[in-house]
Parts: sequence; C-alpha cells; structure tokens
Amino acid sequence: MKILVPVKRVVDYNIKPRVKADGSGVETAGVKMSMNPFDEIAVEEAVRLREKGAASEVVVVSVGVQQAQDTLRTAMAMGADRAILVLSDESPEPLAVAKVLKKLVEKEEPSLVILGKQAIDDDMNATGQMLAGFLGWGQGTFASKVELVDGRARVSREVDGGTEEVSLSLPAIITADLRLNEPRYASLPNIMKAKKKPLETVQAADLGVDMTPRLSVVSVAEPAERKAGIKLDSVAELVEKLRNEAKVI
Amino acid sequence: MTALVLLDHEGGQIRKAALSAVAAATKLGDVHVLVTGDAAVAQAAASIAGVGKVLHAADARYAHDLAEPLAALVASLAGGYDHIVAAAGAFGKNVLPRTAALLDVQPIPDVISIESADTFVRPIYAGNALATVRSSDAKKLLTIRSAAFDPAPAEGGSATIETLPGVDSPDVSRFEGVQLSTSDRPELESARVVVSGGRGMQSEEKFHTLDPLADVLGAALGASRAAVDSGFVPNECQVGQTGKIVAPDLYMAFGISGAIQHLAGMKDSRVIVAVNKDPDAPIFQVADYGVVGDLFEVVPQLVDALKK
Ligand SMILES: Cc1cc2nc3c(=O)[nH]c(=O)nc-3n(C[C@H](O)[C@H](O)[C@H](O)COP(=O)(O)OP(=O)(O)OC[C@H]3O[C@@H](n4cnc5c(N)ncnc54)[C@H](O)[C@@H]3O)c2cc1C
Ligand SMILES: Nc1ncnc2c1ncn2[C@@H]1O[C@H](COP(=O)(O)O)[C@@H](O)[C@H]1O
Repeated sequence: MKILVPVKRVVDYNIKPRVKADGSGVETAGVKMSMNPFDEIAVEEAVRLREKGAASEVVVVSVGVQQAQDTLRTAMAMGADRAILVLSDESPEPLAVAKVLKKLVEKEEPSLVILGKQAIDDDMNATGQMLAGFLGWGQGTFASKVELVDGRARVSREVDGGTEEVSLSLPAIITADLRLNEPRYASLPNIMKAKKKPLETVQAADLGVDMTPRLSVVSVAEPAERKAGIKLDSVAELVEKLRNEAKVI
Repeated sequence: MTALVLLDHEGGQIRKAALSAVAAATKLGDVHVLVTGDAAVAQAAASIAGVGKVLHAADARYAHDLAEPLAALVASLAGGYDHIVAAAGAFGKNVLPRTAALLDVQPIPDVISIESADTFVRPIYAGNALATVRSSDAKKLLTIRSAAFDPAPAEGGSATIETLPGVDSPDVSRFEGVQLSTSDRPELESARVVVSGGRGMQSEEKFHTLDPLADVLGAALGASRAAVDSGFVPNECQVGQTGKIVAPDLYMAFGISGAIQHLAGMKDSRVIVAVNKDPDAPIFQVADYGVVGDLFEVVPQLVDALKK
C-alpha cells in the first residue's frame, strides 16, 4: 500500500512575518523557509506506517517553486522514498493544489493521502477536504490518532467539544493535527542518503490543471499593534485596576 | 441575495459561534439556515433573529455531521444561494471546503470583516497580517471568526421550517463515537472571561490551581499548546493559531510565554493580564497588566482578593 504526502514550503514558524511596504503581501525574499510543521507530522505518520509494515512506499509531493525541492529532500531525509515536484507559482490556492493532487492520485493510486491540517502561511485549512471532495473519498480531518484495521482507517479527530472517532473505507484522506505524533529530526547520514533518492519534476500546466487564482489580493496590512501595558507590583493593585480602570470584573 | 448558514450545534444546543455566523450572513442578504439533528434544534433555529427559513436535514445519515453526506447535501442546495457561510470551527472547517470542491469554488476561511458581497478580510500568517481578498467565484463559501461578529439574538425570529430529503453521497465514512468534555464552565469561544494556563502550570494536578479563580470569575478555561501537549488539559482547551480564537473582555494568561502561535488566538481580547516569573516573557508585550511572579503564589492571592 502506497501513501502520498503533500508537503508545503512556508516561512519558518519561528520567524515573525513582515508585511511588505507596498501592502502586496508578506515578505518571503531572504526569509528562512521550512517545511510546514503540520506536514512534518504527516510525513512522520506515513513513515511510521511503512516502518510498521502497514505501508510499502511513501511518496511526497510539493506544488510550488523550484526551491520546494529542499522541502522534498527534507521529507526524504525523514524517510520518504521518493518525491514529485509540481512546478507552479509561489503558494497556489488550495483549490488548484487539490486539483493537482487529484491528478497525481489518479496516476499513483495511493491508498492513503496524509496532508497537514493547515499551512501556517495562508492558514486555509482546506486542501485535504477539497481533495477528498474531488475524489469522493472519506476524510479524517484534524487527526490525533490513526489506526489501520481490517482495510479501514480509524481516525480520532480533534473537534471543538472534544475528540471524535470516525472509520473510513480506504482509499481515504487524513489531515494531521499537532498531537498525531512528534516528528523525528533527519540525521546527517539520512540527509546524505536523501540526496540520492528519486525526485521527479513536472509542470503544473502539463497536468492540465488551471492554476488561475480565484481570490485576488486587494491589500495586505499589518494588524493594529497592541501596546504593552504596565507591570504591577501587587495582586491588590491588579484587582484595583481590573475593577476601577478596566472595569472588567 | 440570500445566504445559507450551516448551523452547528452540540448536545442539542446551537453553538454561539454559529449565531455569529448568522449575524455575519445578515450583512450579505436574507438568511436561511441548515440544521441537522432532531426537530428541537430546528425549532430553536427558527427563533433566531434574522433567519427567514430553516432547512432541516432530518435524515439519519446527517445525524453525526459527517462531512461526506453533508457536503453533498449542501452542494445540492447551493443553486439557490449566493453565499454559503459557517462558523470557523471544527464543523465548518470540515464540511465547507469539501462542499467548495464539489462546487469548484475556492473557499474563504476565517473572515473577520465583510467589505462587500465579494470582498472579505481574513488573517494570514497566524494573524500577523490581514489580507483583503476579492473572490471571482460565482458563489462565495466563507467561514466566519465568531470573535469578530456579535452573535445574532437566539430569540425574536419566527422562520418557517422545511424538512429536506436525504441526498445520495459516497458511503465512505462511519461515525464511531465522540468524547465531549463535561465541563460546567462557559464555552471558550464566547466566554466573557478566559483564564488560561501554560507549561508553567507544571502538571495536570497543578493546573487545578486555576479552578477557584475560574469559579469566582465565571470564566472558561483555556491553555497553550504546551499545556495540552503535556496532557494537563484536553485538546479542546487550546487557544491559538491552530486552536480556538478567543476575544473575551478579560483574558488572563498564567505561565504562558506568549509565542506568536498563542498570541494569534487571544491578542484581540479587550483586556489582557499576564502572570509570569520571567520579566522578559513576550506575553508582557501584549498584556495591559502584568505581574512578574510565581503564579502559584499569585493565583491564591488573586482568588482571596476577588472574593472580598
Ligand atoms: C504549527 C504550530 C502551531 C502551534 N499552534 C499553537 C497554538 O494554537 N496555541 C499555542 O498556545 N501554541 C501553539 N504552538 C506552540 C507555540 O509555538 C509555543 O510552543 C507554545 O505556545 C508555548 O506554550 P507555553 O507558553 O505554555 O510554554 P513555554 O513557552 O515553555 O512558556 C512557559 C512560561 O511559563 C513561565 N513560568 C514557568 N513557571 C512559572 C511559574 N511558577 N509562575 C509564573 N510563570 C511561570 C515561564 O517563564 C515561561 O514564560 C504552535 C506551534 C507550531 C509549530
Ligand atoms: N503548495 C502545496 N504543495 C504541497 N502540499 C500543499 C500545498 N499547499 C497545501 N498543501 C497541503 O495541504 C495542507 C493544508 O494546506 P492549506 O489548505 O493551504 O492550509 C498542507 O499542510 C499540505 O499538506
């Protein structure tokens, strides 16, 4: 059984993003880029399933610019077997990404696609659900636990009120939440090995997918800056301020 | 123009966040709502101020809000609507993008402001930037940040109720069960006061230090990711970029450092209080009132002072 894992190259989560002076977007030039943290979790889950013998191959795919191959190499250093880079503009919309992924799914025929729940740049939380919709497959979103039993995937999902369990027939889509696992670090020997693993490049246009965005960005602005307040020396003072100045209690 | 709101409910109660989605939808035109579950929920939905019609998906296949049947149903109804709206919670984020794929639409998640019928403001990069986007899709599918819209009054409406037949969809998923938290405290996203703890709470047991404080304030309990990952509190308490987004009148952070992913979930609160033993903790940069000290000393003193 094959697992496909889509991974996105995003601004590293430790970097505080800066809005470009012309308000056209967020600065990415010269900024440290990394694999979307949720996608590291997705890769880890897929690799563990292969290590357990539940899967035979883990294929990672990224849709984006040439540099996304670094992200794919990182995923292979974590244990993925091979990679596909679909060249397109920077940060295509989930609708377009899901259409590209649908084409790859038709070609690769995986039993499971594990995505991140959300890309931390566009914060869309949409691609996995959309791919599931296009394919007519079951979706286990915001997964904190995945078990493969009797040809089905049993998924624990983090929902607003607690945790929900669903069972999906395979093939299926899963989106990884933070507590699904703790991703491993790629070791130096594995980073070296990953350089030799196969990485295939295709053009989005050759897949016959229309990548034209449906959302146009009118402007991007900094949110109103919150001013730091005051430090107080005692609890009595705090209670006094909350009662008489802020009037919140 | 008419908008369809997917109304989520839990334990027979319509979620406050869903009422905010109704309020947002009234800015776009007439409002119809879709509810699943038993007839009592449909009745309650009919009383929401501003709702013109309730579509009740009574069929058993919708009982557990599985995305696969529900998205197929919503897509089949879409012809009559210009906008399809849901609260930006686990329910809306599960169902709405799948529906969008069935309609070949790019969804617009986490809307905090409606500029016009096709232009919306949404936070990106954990709220470090606000993007104004215009959609060229014929239909707009949005999820709404409840903190940005006051909920529609639960009473005052008298909508008609129409019962919908089931719609075919692939039989690919089964509901197996759900463990809901059994807290008597208010719902985190709509509480007036939130008391939150982080890694500084040290353990599940010591997290209960915050209970008496939450009791006197009638507050909801929140947490940082570190507190949830460490097992101090369940996942539904997480506040942040990938947890719940809250904007209460008062947010109190104890033993939370203030990582950008946490700030993303609470920095629009009206008043922020931080208690941390590290004077340089970034949380103080957004706090209106800060106390540098050991939370295990501060919290009991605070409870005593508040009881006076
Ligand atoms: C993709 C991604 C998504 C994330 N999403 C979220 C999210 O949604 N929400 C979230 O919160 N985080 C999220 N995080 C994690 C975030 O980056 C931080 O790691 C996390 O918020 C830290 O939690 P913390 O402040 O409790 O812990 P720490 O950063 O360890 O801070 C603990 C604080 O407690 C203080 N302290 C310790 N003991 C005491 C005491 N006795 N009295 C007073 N103060 C004390 C310390 O001085 C310190 O400041 C995410 C991270 C990633 C990569
Ligand atoms: N350009 C991309 N290339 C590969 N995978 C992507 C891309 N965009 C999104 N994804 C996948 O979809 C998930 C959710 O992204 P999003 O819907 O943009 O929040 C990510 O965690 C990735 O697994």
